Amino acid sequence: MDTTGGGTPVSEGALPSPRFPIEDALRSAGLWALVTLGLCFPIVAFETLQDFSNRLTIQARPLLVLFAVAAVFAGRFGWLALRHHGLPQLLPSTRFELTPERKKQLPRIGLAALLIFPFFALLLTGQGGAVKWIDNFGVQILIYVMLAWGLNIVVGLAGLLDLGYVAFYAVGAYAYALIATYVIPATVPGLGPWAFWICLPIAGILAAFWGILLGFPVLRLRGDYLAIVTLAFGEIIRLVLINWVEVTNGNAGIRTPYITFFGLPFSSRTGETTFGDVFSLPGSPAVHRSMFLYYTILALALLVAVATQRLRRLPIGRAWEAMREDEIACRSLGINTVNTKLTAFAIGAMFGGLAGAFFGARQGFVNPRSFEFMESATILAIVVLGGMGSLVGVAIAAIAVIGGIELLRELSFLKQIFGPEFDPGQYRMLIFGLAMVLMMIWRPRGLVGARQPTMPLDGNAKAISSSHVKEGHG
Amino acid sequence: MRWVRDPLLVVEGLTMRFGGLTAVRDLSFSVGRGDITALIGPNGAGKTTVFNCITGFYKPTSGLMALSTGGPVRLDEVAALASTGHRYKCVDDQIGADGVFLLERMPDFEIARRARVARTFQNIRLFSGMTVLENLIVAQHTPLMRASGWTIKGLFGAPQYREAEAAAMKRARYWLEHIELTHRADDAAGSLPYGDQRRLEIARAMCTDPVLLCLDEPAAGLNPRESLELNTLLRTIRDHHATSILLIEHDMSVVMEISDHVVVLEYGLRISDGTPESVRNDPKVIAAYLGVDDDEVAQVEAEVGL
Ligand SMILES: Nc1ncnc2c1ncn2[C@@H]1O[C@H](COP(=O)(O)OP(=O)(O)O)[C@@H](O)[C@H]1O
Ligand SMILES: [Mg+2]
Repeated sequence: MDTTGGGTPVSEGALPSPRFPIEDALRSAGLWALVTLGLCFPIVAFETLQDFSNRLTIQARPLLVLFAVAAVFAGRFGWLALRHHGLPQLLPSTRFELTPERKKQLPRIGLAALLIFPFFALLLTGQGGAVKWIDNFGVQILIYVMLAWGLNIVVGLAGLLDLGYVAFYAVGAYAYALIATYVIPATVPGLGPWAFWICLPIAGILAAFWGILLGFPVLRLRGDYLAIVTLAFGEIIRLVLINWVEVTNGNAGIRTPYITFFGLPFSSRTGETTFGDVFSLPGSPAVHRSMFLYYTILALALLVAVATQRLRRLPIGRAWEAMREDEIACRSLGINTVNTKLTAFAIGAMFGGLAGAFFGARQGFVNPRSFEFMESATILAIVVLGGMGSLVGVAIAAIAVIGGIELLRELSFLKQIFGPEFDPGQYRMLIFGLAMVLMMIWRPRGLVGARQPTMPLDGNAKAISSSHVKEGHG
Repeated sequence: MRWVRDPLLVVEGLTMRFGGLTAVRDLSFSVGRGDITALIGPNGAGKTTVFNCITGFYKPTSGLMALSTGGPVRLDEVAALASTGHRYKCVDDQIGADGVFLLERMPDFEIARRARVARTFQNIRLFSGMTVLENLIVAQHTPLMRASGWTIKGLFGAPQYREAEAAAMKRARYWLEHIELTHRADDAAGSLPYGDQRRLEIARAMCTDPVLLCLDEPAAGLNPRESLELNTLLRTIRDHHATSILLIEHDMSVVMEISDHVVVLEYGLRISDGTPESVRNDPKVIAAYLGVDDDEVAQVEAEVGL
């Protein structure tokens, strides 16, 4: 039995070695440099260029390689030296714990911050800048918070590794696009203004249905096999969306009606009464619209959070977690693991579908490009980074990941350093990957690895260390 | 001889093959209502396999396993049920109601919740990342699920569900006291010492309110003090609960002391069946357990029927 866990600092009893072992450090740095050289050889050392007659020529870049190797050498040596002199104490090491009272307040503070965020943005950046902050940051992040919270039910609670979650997002978005664009105008055009609110539950139900449909074939699969099949499922849905041109309009996508405030448009070219007119609000229609979107997605995301918290305290949620811990023991206690898995897939998918419907209404346009595997990977990364099962951790991870990606677009000053062709957005995957690796070294079980018990005997139960909590995946 | 007068479980001609290996061969025995029945035998004799068949984790190659709650297993009733193709027959078709169950036809979780057979595992299988209390609450999934209106009523905090939850909590508290783990109720099950984990696993099985409790080597790896605590727990279950116990055990002193009925397996065959007295004096059992001199092997094998 492993009860020691991973968090015990080893150095407490051991004496630090008196002298910095320069030879060892040099050898290690040399090795790292050598590996860098090997890695550089095909990728960095040569550059392909097109000459005047459009032929490809290869050009060597020895200086660049030299620079990279030297940088790694110096970096490794410096790191070893720093570590020897006690850098880890300076870094916020694994002791990142808050007091229990603070922890209790964290969700409430977070919620208050989320509620006032749009007004705060408006105050700081004015009408012009606010839309970007509310829509590009706020709404975008909240969509991912909602998606990650939805996936958290499947991966974090039930322990079923799902790499195709974006499929349900797509189902929701296309459900909205098809119903709002074609079905409602063709049948009951009077319902047009309510399209979003009608489509929302339909998208959720459809996605849940597809979740069950995915659930059946993967019931008997575990771990890697489950991951591969769910990944394939995500790709199948995307390929169907691309190729079923008569319905989905293929790669060209579908233009959907813009979201309205229960029938009141936010802006109008034809002179209809707009939302701003009726409530005689100051400010531009774009701000009204983004605020409305913001509070809508905030409400939807909170719905997921509240539902998750409630479900965790119900037999179904406890059965999910028990299944993650030990499926065989579950069955020996009379729990039907087939139904338990299917409900996890269905409810997770339903929340993905709701987020999808919102996405469709917000973009005013859906096409299959929005539902590539990269989206699934990002959502899963958020769940893993946040700490599987923890709502607060997942929300923080979503802010960090999506906010970080969006912020990269903002770093235009880098253009002045690296030249006008430099696009920091192109490096987002590199930075994202690096951050992931570092996080997993620093906190292998995510930001909030500890599990909160669902039912204390008397008063308050303390969190359970991640060393006891299993990860499931099957 | 309650296992003849009032059998709770009748196993007839149970055979389990894994490829070429026959782990259990044409095994027949009964478990008496209210008895502690011990299933003993050397390592690899097929005891765990028998448990896995009874609890539905393995589908037996052939054989019949009939369990009757409410009254003794009646063979005519079982035969009638077997010919219908049904898996079980119980009052009002209610989960948890009395009836006759053909275990070889039922999936594992149905055996646990309908036939009310609970079990523990040779390698402890607790929900190690959940608290001790949560382990005991998860075991009461079936009644809680029904009370929560399959989650829907529970989501809106229906009073009916709250009552059911309070009842579940009460039962959990009862068992926490009996296994003396009340003070650790909010700790992760995985953080308990080995002996406590064993007792928690038994308490968790008891929280399903079983008629038959199958314990796979519950005393394995326990120190003498923990062994004693385990015996106390088993006696409590026998004396105060309508739960019969089927027990796999190696420690002969434990077996002889607490069991009412002993079935001995060797190489998948039943070599002895009876009261602890009769089994202790059975030459085949002595041969299997103590080993015999080389020149006697042939003679003993002939007796055993190999
Ligand atoms: N799932 C299985 N697949 C193949 N062989 C098995 C399986 N389970 C048990 N066996 C074999 O059946 C025999 C009996 O095993 P088991 O019932 O575990 O013995 P016991 O519990 O009496 O020590 C052993 O030879 C074992 O290897
Ligand atoms: Mg065994």
